[in-house]
Amino acid sequence: MPSKWVKSPFPEGTHYLSGNEAAAEGAIAAGCKFYGGYPITPSSELMERMAVRLKEVGGIFIQMEDEIASISAVIGASWAGAKAMTATAGPGFSLMQEAIGYAAFTETPCVIVDVQRAGPCTGQATRVGSGDIMQAKWGSHGDYQVIALSPWSVQEMYDLTLRAFNLSERYRVPTFVMAEEATAHLRETIRINGREEVWDRKKQKGGSPFGTEEDDGVPPMPAFGEGERLAVTGSTHDAFGFRKTDDPKAHEALVGRINRKILKNTQDIITTESYFIEDSETVVIAYGFTARPSLYVVRRMRKEGRKVGLLRLKTLWPFPGEAVQKATANAQKIFVPEMNLGQVAGEMRKYISCEVIRYNQTNGEVIRPEALEETLRRMG
Amino acid sequence: MARALEKYIRPGVKSTPFCPGCGHGILMGCILRAIDELKMDINKMVFVSGIGCAAWIPSPHYDGDTLHTLHGRALAFATGVKLFNPELCVMVVSGDGDLSSIGGNHLIHAARRNIDIKVICANNMIYGMTGGQVASTTPVGARTATTGQGNPYRPFDLSRLVEAAGATYVAKYSVTQPVALIRSIKKAIQHVGFSFIEALSPCPTQYGRRNRIDRPEDMIRDLIERCILEEEARGLTEEERAERIVTGEFLSCQK
Repeated sequence: MPSKWVKSPFPEGTHYLSGNEAAAEGAIAAGCKFYGGYPITPSSELMERMAVRLKEVGGIFIQMEDEIASISAVIGASWAGAKAMTATAGPGFSLMQEAIGYAAFTETPCVIVDVQRAGPCTGQATRVGSGDIMQAKWGSHGDYQVIALSPWSVQEMYDLTLRAFNLSERYRVPTFVMAEEATAHLRETIRINGREEVWDRKKQKGGSPFGTEEDDGVPPMPAFGEGERLAVTGSTHDAFGFRKTDDPKAHEALVGRINRKILKNTQDIITTESYFIEDSETVVIAYGFTARPSLYVVRRMRKEGRKVGLLRLKTLWPFPGEAVQKATANAQKIFVPEMNLGQVAGEMRKYISCEVIRYNQTNGEVIRPEALEETLRRMG
Repeated sequence: MARALEKYIRPGVKSTPFCPGCGHGILMGCILRAIDELKMDINKMVFVSGIGCAAWIPSPHYDGDTLHTLHGRALAFATGVKLFNPELCVMVVSGDGDLSSIGGNHLIHAARRNIDIKVICANNMIYGMTGGQVASTTPVGARTATTGQGNPYRPFDLSRLVEAAGATYVAKYSVTQPVALIRSIKKAIQHVGFSFIEALSPCPTQYGRRNRIDRPEDMIRDLIERCILEEEARGLTEEERAERIVTGEFLSCQK
């Protein structure tokens, strides 16, 4: 498989960065060479840093006329051979949904950092939320898969943006970093390694760019100008890109494969982190920024001898249902705090049948540990 | 299509999907002739199109790299392709509705940036593929599936719009002027900067039959009679001009 270890472009050592800046550095480390974007709070600093950094590393930056144009240019650049990305927030993410479906159906690698803010609509542009989780999975029409990662720190804004590129290139699928305003604007010390593992897309001269017999279900992807005379279309197509708009078998085969290639590789894609799960009677399941106050409270209550644990979801899509099942197998109570009205708690219902106690907050503020602690104590 | 141009057709492609009397087949040939006469390396050409009848001119017919995109977004996709690999000759072939209505914002911004993209806008003044609805290019008074009493709104003058937005090569010809059209496409390909050719193309199925130009040959004849060159238009009164369609090369400059 085409992965290699490369020297980090940002100096090895500790750095003090904001989440948005760290995500930009993660992208550069992954080999991102194209950014097309449109300003939107609270993601704009990421774009500003990319404008500077891409110039330094010989990449292309362009500020497009809107978010639809941004993601479209990113997909175009990806087919021209670039590792490409954009960043946005709720309203821009909404505008991008049609093109996300295009990227999923044409199997175009691209990374979107969605810095979630308090929605719906314009909402509170400078305030935090995590209301885009379901949209990330279901925002475009039809059945398709994406990969969505959930960073909880500035370090992970770097690490998971880098990983998003690796996954996107490897599986030829749009990949999202579901950041949140609080993490994007947070400043923390992060550690940059000297070398990073970086994945590139598969190439195969004369191969079929939209069909494969390989186990991983991912076809090779040539670029424009390589003499492959590619036919790329958002209509249903066969293994060589020929439009097949009235062939039921072609449609079933393509839709099936773009879903299977992600769902059969969940072992590689999904990552979670457990804290004190083994003997926990109460399991807190959290992701993104909310996992921070969750861990704080879990540690505090552990000191008192309470059997509380935390499962932190670093991957949100494909959904880590198996990890949730395992972590909660011996639990009596499950507690899911979220900065939305229960999007992930609802998804868990597909995987576990016991009661899920929710804590939902949509006031544009991060969830405070006191509030979580109070609820956990009340749960007993 | 002449046998000599068959080498540019993707193997496995059979007949064109266009209706009898549609002008898009002629345009399809004109573009290939221009490419052939310039001896372009087809392996270094990328044809980007949106959604609609005209978007099917390159996809899947042309045997180069083709990128058949979303409705209205061809120019935004093309911008990404061209910026990342400037060695590629990037040509957008799409319709009036796709490029100027749903894609209007991308059109003016691509022109403003003067990015080296060659745009061939097949203008049939109507939404053909979806069943003949009014477009942003439909003349005042024309009947369409959604303007049974006649279109009450003025159409865009696409060439002037794109020129004002900053394009550096602008021309307008009808598919009934194939010699001039091919020459113009060649100039657009050789031009460095944003090039825009408005290619008038008759749509007898959706436009003609609703506007009493029943037979395809009548639409062709109508275009032949009405399309005049800029030079010919100079001596005409305003009234006489209103009946005509002024064609020609309106702008060719470097900025």
